[in-house]
Amino acid sequence: MATTSTQPVFIALQANNDTMPIIEAIRQDNPNAVVHDYPAMVKIDCPGRLVIRRETVEEHLGREFDLREIQVNMISIAGNVDESEDEFVLEWRSA
Amino acid sequence: MAAEGNSKPAKKLSLKENYALLTRGLGWEPSYEKKEDIFRYISFEGVKIHDWDKWEDPFRLTMDAYWKYQGEKERKLYAIVDAFQQHNGQFNVTDARYVQALKLFINGITELEYDSHRGFNILAREFPGVGPRIAAQMQSLDELRHATTQIHTISQYAKYFTGMNEFPYQFDRVWYLSIPKSFFEDAVTSGPFEFIVAISFAFEYVLTNLAFMPWMSGAAFNGDMATVSFGFSAQSDEARHMTLGIEVIKFLLEQDPGNVPLVQKWIDKWFWRGYRLLSLLATMMDYMLPKRVMAWNEAWEIYYEQNGGALFADLARYGIKPPKRAPETIAEKGHVAHQMWSVFYGVRDAVGFQTWLPSDEEMAWMSEKYPDTFDKYYRPRYEYWKSLEAAGTPFKNATLPQLCQVCQWPCLFTESGDPTTLSLRESEYQGQTFHTCSDGCKDIFDDTPEKYVHAWLPVHQIYQGNCFLPGVDPTAPDFNPMYEALRYMGIKPGIDGGDYKGSADATNWENWTSRPANIHEGAYTDAVRDTANPADASARKTS
Amino acid sequence: MTVEIRTKGVKPLAISFGHLQRRFGDKPATRYQEATFDIQSTANFHYKPLWDPEREMFDARRTAIVMKDWYALKDPRQFYYGNYTTTRAKQQDAIDRTLDFVEKRDLLRGLSQDTRELIVHAIVPLRHYEWGANTNSAHVSAYGFGTAITSPAMMNTADRLGMAQHISRIGLLIDGNSGDSLQAAQALWTDHADWQPLRREVERMFVTRDWFEVFVAQLLVADALVYPLFFQQIDAAIAGDSGSALSSLSDALMRWYEETAKWIDAVIKTAAAESADNKALLSGWVQTWRDRLLPTLTPIAQRALGNKADDALAATTAALNARAAKLGLAV
Repeated sequence: MATTSTQPVFIALQANNDTMPIIEAIRQDNPNAVVHDYPAMVKIDCPGRLVIRRETVEEHLGREFDLREIQVNMISIAGNVDESEDEFVLEWRSA
Repeated sequence: MAAEGNSKPAKKLSLKENYALLTRGLGWEPSYEKKEDIFRYISFEGVKIHDWDKWEDPFRLTMDAYWKYQGEKERKLYAIVDAFQQHNGQFNVTDARYVQALKLFINGITELEYDSHRGFNILAREFPGVGPRIAAQMQSLDELRHATTQIHTISQYAKYFTGMNEFPYQFDRVWYLSIPKSFFEDAVTSGPFEFIVAISFAFEYVLTNLAFMPWMSGAAFNGDMATVSFGFSAQSDEARHMTLGIEVIKFLLEQDPGNVPLVQKWIDKWFWRGYRLLSLLATMMDYMLPKRVMAWNEAWEIYYEQNGGALFADLARYGIKPPKRAPETIAEKGHVAHQMWSVFYGVRDAVGFQTWLPSDEEMAWMSEKYPDTFDKYYRPRYEYWKSLEAAGTPFKNATLPQLCQVCQWPCLFTESGDPTTLSLRESEYQGQTFHTCSDGCKDIFDDTPEKYVHAWLPVHQIYQGNCFLPGVDPTAPDFNPMYEALRYMGIKPGIDGGDYKGSADATNWENWTSRPANIHEGAYTDAVRDTANPADASARKTS
Repeated sequence: MTVEIRTKGVKPLAISFGHLQRRFGDKPATRYQEATFDIQSTANFHYKPLWDPEREMFDARRTAIVMKDWYALKDPRQFYYGNYTTTRAKQQDAIDRTLDFVEKRDLLRGLSQDTRELIVHAIVPLRHYEWGANTNSAHVSAYGFGTAITSPAMMNTADRLGMAQHISRIGLLIDGNSGDSLQAAQALWTDHADWQPLRREVERMFVTRDWFEVFVAQLLVADALVYPLFFQQIDAAIAGDSGSALSSLSDALMRWYEETAKWIDAVIKTAAAESADNKALLSGWVQTWRDRLLPTLTPIAQRALGNKADDALAATTAALNARAAKLGLAV
């Protein structure tokens, strides 16, 4: 599902051991993502759409992962959310 | 029921199916009582909802999953809070100026979380649709969490620093705390749809990132492990709430075209009211964090101008425009923090936290961050006040300021294009004149004057003699109205507020930690050990 | 940065918040106390609620019960958000293991068709009763006065959603996740003669305005009749015929009911002891709602228990009357 929007979406995560594999998975699946480091926080911006794929997180984590676990370490998001077993998507629909 | 149900293997349910089965069918059409007698508050605002089942749940949380994830967050958070308390973490922060910001937090923000809990609780009872009601219930519970975790975290600071020990009492009485109090009471006393647009969308979706992301990151940067932990843990709930906010807007706009102008009016109102409330954060970020992560104007650019821009571009397809008074917020971003701090400094004897003039180092930072405004308008003022302090005749403002009838800030803001002229507006209602601080607040007053004339404006109340404790005799020869008003508010005159230098907090800090109470100015007392020579410190007598 | 604190010199300025010292004396406060006492605003309200212009936003006059101090209504479980959530999460872990056990072995689907139909007829529609209880409990927490009563009521609201979903899972374990049993149960709840009297009273609670009366009607009277009848008496009858598969799942409901009853009892007992007027009001509400609710349970009790229904209902009523008397009410 493609979006034509280039407006920035973002996700901010606590900077800790639990989120490292999630951040790696985001980098891998979203080549346009820009990762900003702040004290105790990582904010990842991406134009239009950002996806977190369960399988990619599992590759980096080495165990099964329920995408709802992201909520424990999520600080904030921008964009419309669509969540399923396999993907957590943030996106804007309009340009 | 289907008899073949037990011969086939049980179906594997997806998250969406599981949620739908466990949630959607719970409600029913009542037939013994009229629907309008059960849900009494959903029609008077004029919002039209044709089909509550069209509500889309962004996070499909069943109660068991809620308990599981929230329980995990709480276990993590309280492990940190316990460690923080056991190891006296309150002394690990940069210096005790940082703690002055926490006073604003516990006295002014914690009770907002509580009011938010109660406001969402009303929606949790009154929305006829199962989906939005469950969303409101979970949010109500989350907001109770936020009030609770803030109290549990900051209680450790309250034991060692002044001015934090009477937060529920102060919230109801202190003059500048009527800014947050009136904000949330305005929302809760509105109808349920205005409340959810106000809080879930205008406040949480559009504005709270601005407050909590840079501020909490700043707390971490200043060594406050406990606050950053509750802050970011609370924000993980907020991410859900913000999503609720945008779903609410889409739901209302898609249900009926007649809802569009109502929603637009509420966005305009609550964006402005939320912006005025959060401007307090401008001061907390720019002046009260000894070590800074980001300036207010940068935060406004990232979190409103950029992200708000994306959001309103997305909503344009419904005919929604960006908030009417957004341009003023952009015009003010180089001024608000400085104007507020100046007012608080001036009336420092009448507030419940201590103030100080920015150090040379801090002013250099502000010159860099605010190249168009700081050196031109605010540096000369601070340098003049510094010279008065040095001369032993510090500047003080003995009268409490005129408050805005809507946002209840002192009328301290200036005209958008002219930072040397105060922005003052007036409206007439039933033969009386009411003062507001800006076009944004005047819009709000003029739309619903019958609501805002009831506002309990503390400065008016003080001057009318309504803010004295029982037994105080205003005719006594030694009667001091300001002193008595402070006592009524729960502020200890001469202890909780005033100058930071020489305050109990600054002096205790140096005694207890052997570190300077202001990292930019060096030690105020000789209790600060020469860190290069530990033997010298251990030889010195501790108090 | 390592900080070396001269701990001997550090005496706290205050041992707990001022409002807690005034209530409990100069001693450390518990997290329950910190999160609960005096938290709700009490003074200088700014605006009249558009939804109730005669009263303040928080107003003790939304019930006929009068308390000198609303914070007398303590929760003996001492729940605040953190220990509430972690307690429920732990209990849910145990429930999940049981659900998994029952599902893997098809224990409910393996029951006879008669038993499965009886469970769908007599147990699964209670998911709607729980959703009704959720509404009523939300009414208490929304319009109640004082954090001591509203916070546990909010937690109870969440509990009732959890119970509704737990009962729904019993349905899904019977229908193999098709949802057919849930649909059937909804039709029973809205249309079948056995359930209409109870639904009638649940809807009557929805239009009852006095939040303390709703508290009594739902949490004391209705729950004290429904839980023991369905999850003990009817459950035992099913277990007698078909083994304990259902009991393994209703056990969590009864444990929850017994835990919650401690809170309900403490609230009622304290409010009744406050004044003769309170006692008379509470006693009257218990009688009224007991007399309304009791007959509504007869048809479904007869369906499930046959000629033992009258004895079961009499035992349940006697237990409620004894409980009310113990709390100081005249019923």
